[in-house]
Amino acid sequence: MSRRLRSDRPPIGILVLAGLAVVFFALPFAGLLWRAPWSDLVDVVREDAVRRALWLSIQTSVLATLVAIVIGVPLAWVLARVDFPFRNFVRALATLSMVLPPVVGGVALFFSFGRRGLFGQYLYDWFGIRLPFTTAGVVLAQSFVAMPFLVLTVESAFRQFDVRYEDAARSLGARRWYAFRHITIPSIRPAIIAGVVLAWARALGEFGATITFAGNLPGTTQTMPLATYIALESDPGAALILSIVLIVVSFGVLIGLRDRWLGNPHEVTRS
Amino acid sequence: MRIPKPRRLLVVAAIGLLCACSGSPDRTTLNVFAAASLSNAFTDIETVFEVEHPDVDVVLNLAPSSALATQISEGAPAHVFASADEANMNRVADLMVDSATIFATNRLQIVTEAGNPLGIETLADLADPSVLFVTSAVEVPIGRYTAEVLTRAELTVRPVSLEESVKGIVTKVSTGEADAGIVYATDAAAAHPRVTSVNIADEFNVIARYPIAALSTSDAATRFVTFIRSDEGQAILREFGFGSP
Repeated sequence: MSRRLRSDRPPIGILVLAGLAVVFFALPFAGLLWRAPWSDLVDVVREDAVRRALWLSIQTSVLATLVAIVIGVPLAWVLARVDFPFRNFVRALATLSMVLPPVVGGVALFFSFGRRGLFGQYLYDWFGIRLPFTTAGVVLAQSFVAMPFLVLTVESAFRQFDVRYEDAARSLGARRWYAFRHITIPSIRPAIIAGVVLAWARALGEFGATITFAGNLPGTTQTMPLATYIALESDPGAALILSIVLIVVSFGVLIGLRDRWLGNPHEVTRS
Repeated sequence: MRIPKPRRLLVVAAIGLLCACSGSPDRTTLNVFAAASLSNAFTDIETVFEVEHPDVDVVLNLAPSSALATQISEGAPAHVFASADEANMNRVADLMVDSATIFATNRLQIVTEAGNPLGIETLADLADPSVLFVTSAVEVPIGRYTAEVLTRAELTVRPVSLEESVKGIVTKVSTGEADAGIVYATDAAAAHPRVTSVNIADEFNVIARYPIAALSTSDAATRFVTFIRSDEGQAILREFGFGSP
């Protein structure tokens, strides 16, 4: 028989503060919903420009997340498990774009990957590749600001992962890659999913680096945040509706992902 | 020089007092919302105006007129609004103390990357699909003026980007990412020599008209609008390339 040492009821102080946090998060959205011209909702959502912006946002944010997974997860592993000189320097470098004001990030991308940039000039002269004002430029800008979120989350998971599981698998004859693929990755799956969601959300909301580096053209580089900002200058009502569309999409994905990949949170809290 | 100790204390106290006084509490803050294209001229005007009216502290909010009009109609505390076009001024018409007056004009010019490597000479050259042309959305004054110019010249030009303000257009062209754009002559002059300007034929060019209005009954707001329209204010605007109304 197990005896309850502590009451199941959470401390009142924590509840109050947590409640304050919920209110803090909810109030701005309440304001948004309150001011939104709901009668225009159907008209605005039906607009071609809005649907193009939404579709472009979804495509580019997913691509940027894929880029982050393909090169960000290996980087996270190296940072967590390989001891090499300047590791702290590399880690700081990999998270710098998170701290940088996104507009500055966009300007930095200009000076490196622009048509006249440090590397961009060769891309342009040798291969005729021009990134500014292209959808690829949007993906580049989004990956640049979003990847640190994935790298940080996954690196901390790799650090906490008990290497002895890998060792056990290898002692039973598993090759290194097999152990990584079938033991390590599955055990840190929740962290990878969390990192992916964070990076995707950051990419979806990316504004400053995108408008600075990729410009703003409906159908090519005008993502939802850009369309919202531009609309705010002339038609605030439409901007509010655009924000709500973006909120509904992200909220749906965040909730859906959690249930699908992380399971019911109540099952994992007690250990 | 050695200052005796008690005196030294006095000096410190005096300096302290001076510092406390310079942020004089009885200066009235005057929030002036001005079009992005007025940035340089109004920064100068602020300095001169504050010297002549030491009781007023001018705070400039410089952004595209369309964004300013939105901020004002959403309740931003603007005392004076100077817009780059009449359409955005009209959006705040119900907040004006008095009707708006035109205080400056501006012409449009083509800007290209420094040295004009593509040899752009006329508006028609912008229609070449290989030219990377940037402008603004039609809601932003420069975007509407540009559309007007291109319509007059009966040209269809496909932009690669719709920048959020005239400053964005200048940046994209001066960094060489875009080949050309159409901006105010004043912005083109300010960005020289990072960009090269090309004149637009008079028959196609439009004159941008800048209205100003007080949105507050305060004495400072009236004095600022009067200053802008005075010979002294007009001379500063002329210096930056603006035309008279």
